[in-house]
Amino acid sequence: MSRTLNNQPPTNNRFTAVNVPKQDAFNRTKNFREVVLGYTEEQAIAEASRCLNCTQPKCVEGCPVGVEIPVFIKLIKQNDLAGAIKKIKEKNSLPAICGRVCPQEEQCQKNCLVGKKGDPVSIGRLERFVADVERERGIEVPKLPVCNGKKVAVVGAGPAGLTVAADLAKLGYPVTIFEALHKGGGVLVYGIPEFRLPKYIVQAEIDYIKKLGVEFQPDYLIGRIFTIDELFKTCFKAVFVATGAGLPKFLEVPGENLNGIYSANEFLIRVNLMKAFMFPQSKTPIKVGKKVAVIGGGNVALDSARCALRLGAENVTIYYRRTRNEMPAREEEISNAEEEGIFFKYLSTPVKFEGDEQGNVKSMITHSMRLCDADDSGKRRVAPIQGSEVKTDIDTVIVAIGRTPNPIIQSTTPGLQTETGGIIASDESFKTSLDGVWVGGDIATGEATVISAMGSGKIAAKSIHEYLSNPKKEQ
Amino acid sequence: MSESMQDTPKLNQVVEKKVLNSVTKKLTIYAPDIAVKAHAGQFVIFKVRQDSERIPLTLSSWDKEKGTISHIFQEVGYSTIELGKLHVDDKIMHIAGPLGNASEIENFGTAVVVCGGLGTAVAYPVAKALKEAGNKVISIVGARNKDLFILENEMKAVSSEIYFTTDDGSNGTKGFVSDVLKSLIAKKEKIDIVFAIGPPIMMSVIADLTRPHKIRTIASLNPIMVDGMGMCGACRVSIDGKTQFACVDGPEFDAHKVNFKELMLRLKSYCTEENNLSLAYQKPGENNCQCHGH
Repeated sequence: MSRTLNNQPPTNNRFTAVNVPKQDAFNRTKNFREVVLGYTEEQAIAEASRCLNCTQPKCVEGCPVGVEIPVFIKLIKQNDLAGAIKKIKEKNSLPAICGRVCPQEEQCQKNCLVGKKGDPVSIGRLERFVADVERERGIEVPKLPVCNGKKVAVVGAGPAGLTVAADLAKLGYPVTIFEALHKGGGVLVYGIPEFRLPKYIVQAEIDYIKKLGVEFQPDYLIGRIFTIDELFKTCFKAVFVATGAGLPKFLEVPGENLNGIYSANEFLIRVNLMKAFMFPQSKTPIKVGKKVAVIGGGNVALDSARCALRLGAENVTIYYRRTRNEMPAREEEISNAEEEGIFFKYLSTPVKFEGDEQGNVKSMITHSMRLCDADDSGKRRVAPIQGSEVKTDIDTVIVAIGRTPNPIIQSTTPGLQTETGGIIASDESFKTSLDGVWVGGDIATGEATVISAMGSGKIAAKSIHEYLSNPKKEQ
Repeated sequence: MSESMQDTPKLNQVVEKKVLNSVTKKLTIYAPDIAVKAHAGQFVIFKVRQDSERIPLTLSSWDKEKGTISHIFQEVGYSTIELGKLHVDDKIMHIAGPLGNASEIENFGTAVVVCGGLGTAVAYPVAKALKEAGNKVISIVGARNKDLFILENEMKAVSSEIYFTTDDGSNGTKGFVSDVLKSLIAKKEKIDIVFAIGPPIMMSVIADLTRPHKIRTIASLNPIMVDGMGMCGACRVSIDGKTQFACVDGPEFDAHKVNFKELMLRLKSYCTEENNLSLAYQKPGENNCQCHGH
């Protein structure tokens, strides 16, 4: 990957975005390297020049962590890249990650004034550009205040936990992050594939947070090894819980436990966290057949499908029960998947799997669906079409229909109130029913995005700071 | 043969290694936070090195004061061979635990603990806890031959009655653990609960044996796991037709409700890959996948 090999001429048209170089669609399905290569300096400055620097910027309103977008873009335009990254990091501790995986088209870029007449300014690509330049030059650690000695425990090293840890460390709190897995990053390392978010980038962001003085304790599943109550007894003054929506949902149809049927979580954990794509150098195996069916229409389904393709599958088809218009996945990733040759079968859902004598899945029976009116949430319902069963031969299935909250903290913390569906109940500042305990990320909101998890972390960190600054709470 | 450590141990360091028999080893590791929280029936996840798999191993014993945990295992696949190559002072890169639910221990009256092969290592803490809770513990311990028994004395110490069986008759009764249980039932021995811990086929046979007599029977399941914390669903098992995760809902379940056939098929998912990987450690010509016996 290089920033200098690009030959894309920057455009001077205010309403046309500078294209971002990508790995060629055919070649990239043969490797796990990053698909999007990122802007060159020249391209970034050209793209930054399209920004109108609105006095009342709407883009900032669309950012869950409130990055002062026009200010950092102006700094890029002036070629003050160090100033630009500093500006972003005032609000966002994980810019290299957000620049890659945030759904900007639904957030900041959706509100962009330039976007009303043409392409919105590519805020995400610019954010990524400055974060990458900073990493290559060496990340600067801000001057930290004197440690105030009030220890905070963060449970879960995903986007929400990392945000809280960074924000509180910058305010002088000694923070320890307890992570259940062997590696920090949460969904950033076990879920999102290498070709969309290279793991060395996640590691660099975590290293930055460590440099802020945050301590990492991997392999500690809170709830089992220590309860929340025990954390308070061992001198922590506040606890932030961000244990995520980690439990896979299944279709609950016959034959779903046949071999060759994975939850997307298992498939992606094997590939991303355990590096099964490097088997046998990496010792965790993965089995991918020739004909792969992925069930679901979100980013996780697309990630699974694109991993399967890179692992050698000949035909990868995404089965989604609604249509392309209703797909919750990012548009950019849907078109990336289409470019790579992933097939899409809309208005179709499996009702049964059949296997051979060894218990391996060999075929799938699907039902055609029709779209009905929207329900109260605005989501269009679907109904099966009678007599529409189709049998398809397949040898691998990946079920990517969503995840539910991890229940371990709830079941081991007496007095912690939960809501329907198992999320932990909290108020607008993400404070729970227990004194000194906050939540954030998917465990507080249900399945959502990396940036919304970070947004909840920011609010919680502010509230924790207020709580621990209150002299009455001093113990 | 054993090795043990003299100095103050570091976290995750091997403090003692014992070779129990030709196929079985015991490692004792310094992991004080886990030792304090450990209960019978629980397991930990090991990741020996950077590129290793995550593998679940049940806690065989623990010492809260010394801060150690012990695991008994057979070298049957790449990861367990890798574990078996560790020596005293070596560090295991990652250990997460205790995981899974503890065994449900109370004073049931008479509890029969049926275990086979390596299952004895898992059964021992259960039998011990049952005894401490006031049960009359009857143990039935099976192995292929006399050389493969482990924890004989430990099991004797916690059992009111103990029976040994071997496939070849080289020790105890010739036959299977199920034969002994069958004769106990035939003798109208009062049995309040049975714990079946061993290879799935053994647990399945025991479940079929006790079902008509309505004897409550618990099986400790050993499916393939990756994270061991409820995330991946690799360890899903069918209990009364409903999918459950052995790592967070188990590992112990009502044996009469377990779909053992499915469990046995799922355990074979990666036999080919496992064999290919283990070849590096095997003698030429040896290629017998045993990756999923207890």
